[in-house]
Amino acid sequence: MAKYLFLKHYRGAPEHVNNVPMSEWTPQEVDDHVQYMRDFADRLKETGEYAGGEALSPEGTWVRSQGGGKPPITDGPFAETKDLIAGWMVIDVDSYDRALELAGELSAAPGANGEPIHEWLELRPFLNAGPKFAD
Amino acid sequence: MGELLLRELTPAVLGVLVHRGVDFATAEDAVQEALLQAALSWPEHRPDDPKGWLVTVAWRKFLDAHRSASSRRDREERVEFERTPGPTEDTDDSLQVFFLCAHPSLSPASAVALTLRAVGGLTTRQIADAYLVPEATMAQRISRAKRTVVDVRFDTPGDLGTVLRVLYLVFNEGYTGDVDLVAEAIRLTRQLAAMTDDEETAGLLALMLLHAARRAARTTPDGVLVPLPEQDRSRWDTALIAEGVAILQAALARDRLGEFQAQAAIAALHADAPRAEETDWVQIVSWYDELLRITGSPVVELNRAVAVGEADGPRAGLAALAQVDPGLPRHTAASAYLHEQAGDLRAAARLYADAALSATNLAERHHLTRQAARIGQALGA
Repeated sequence: MAKYLFLKHYRGAPEHVNNVPMSEWTPQEVDDHVQYMRDFADRLKETGEYAGGEALSPEGTWVRSQGGGKPPITDGPFAETKDLIAGWMVIDVDSYDRALELAGELSAAPGANGEPIHEWLELRPFLNAGPKFAD
Repeated sequence: MGELLLRELTPAVLGVLVHRGVDFATAEDAVQEALLQAALSWPEHRPDDPKGWLVTVAWRKFLDAHRSASSRRDREERVEFERTPGPTEDTDDSLQVFFLCAHPSLSPASAVALTLRAVGGLTTRQIADAYLVPEATMAQRISRAKRTVVDVRFDTPGDLGTVLRVLYLVFNEGYTGDVDLVAEAIRLTRQLAAMTDDEETAGLLALMLLHAARRAARTTPDGVLVPLPEQDRSRWDTALIAEGVAILQAALARDRLGEFQAQAAIAALHADAPRAEETDWVQIVSWYDELLRITGSPVVELNRAVAVGEADGPRAGLAALAQVDPGLPRHTAASAYLHEQAGDLRAAARLYADAALSATNLAERHHLTRQAARIGQALGA
């Protein structure tokens, strides 16, 4: 088994195919989209491949230490140009191919006119904590 | 029933052990082990004296742990705790256990965790699941909480106000998994109300019952939020409403108003309206005025502005909202609603979309996105 991270972006990803902002969908389209995401996670829980996931607020701040006992300084909110993560999901699957298959499925969530959004998701393999016994 | 009775007895059993001189943290571990043993053996054979049974078993667990620890240190020391079997003491220190678990030196998250375990009798696993954190994290949180209160004297009266705030936090977390925190918070508040003669404890219990009464109507089976005006009122639990109103009336009659009683009064006025249009908003605004006087809270001010919008029209509501800090969570959502009521649909659609982006939970974001979509559709048509 290997863990992979799916990252969904508010900004910074290439443009979706079906790129109508959510606020211009119909209420039914919003419901269908939410239901699709929920069903996707439920199905992965049943197959034992779901390892976690959360949505993130678009409001965020850069923070860094100033040292010398001073409080950390902040910069933000994020400028328009910055890459902005909307949410993440971790899956634990048998193969890279399976991870690709699932990411493809998630990307096809329905949007405006009930058509798949075909949004770009970022797929990142986890680094394991240490060498396996047989390595 | 067996499990609930077990958990009902948790603080009393813990109180007996602490009364006998066992330190709180050790006693709590022993009680938790006794609860586990009871969960295994009671279904087969339920003891005649459940509390006595739990005290005996918890005491034995404590002695076992103490012996194995002291045999490594000083074999003589254990003698002081040897005790001849006899009837269980009649003292009930449950209330002290409530106080200790909500001690002001604890952070809210720690107090909640410790209360659910030491008063509620839930396992660390159950609490971790309810708050969606790993079990090891919750175990650390609980043991740190126990270390924080290690020097607190058990026999001094605590602060009932902090206990109420902790129980209200548990209630608001709602239902996230295996454990129903709404039911658990109500059970613990009931227990507390039975031990105290306090209007605000009664007020909190009434508030919880009145909110819980609307629970079935608050979300669709898919988890979509249904706002109060659109709820199917025939699905409200009339027995819970009647109980909440009776408890509230008895508390209000004693004329010592507090924030939970005022909040419960507002919830009762909503519960009292057979249809949303029949809601007595004028009275609700006057209760918000009371609540604002007591708490001075900006969140109350925000909710008051929405109520003013219903009582005196959306323009009056927007004027009241203009006095409230725009950085508050839900400020934009309230503004969207009032603009829609005032007929300014274009502004409402934009504000709902903005509010969705700053929503703090998924159900709310979904709801607000849907509102933006609904108005967008009306404008487009």
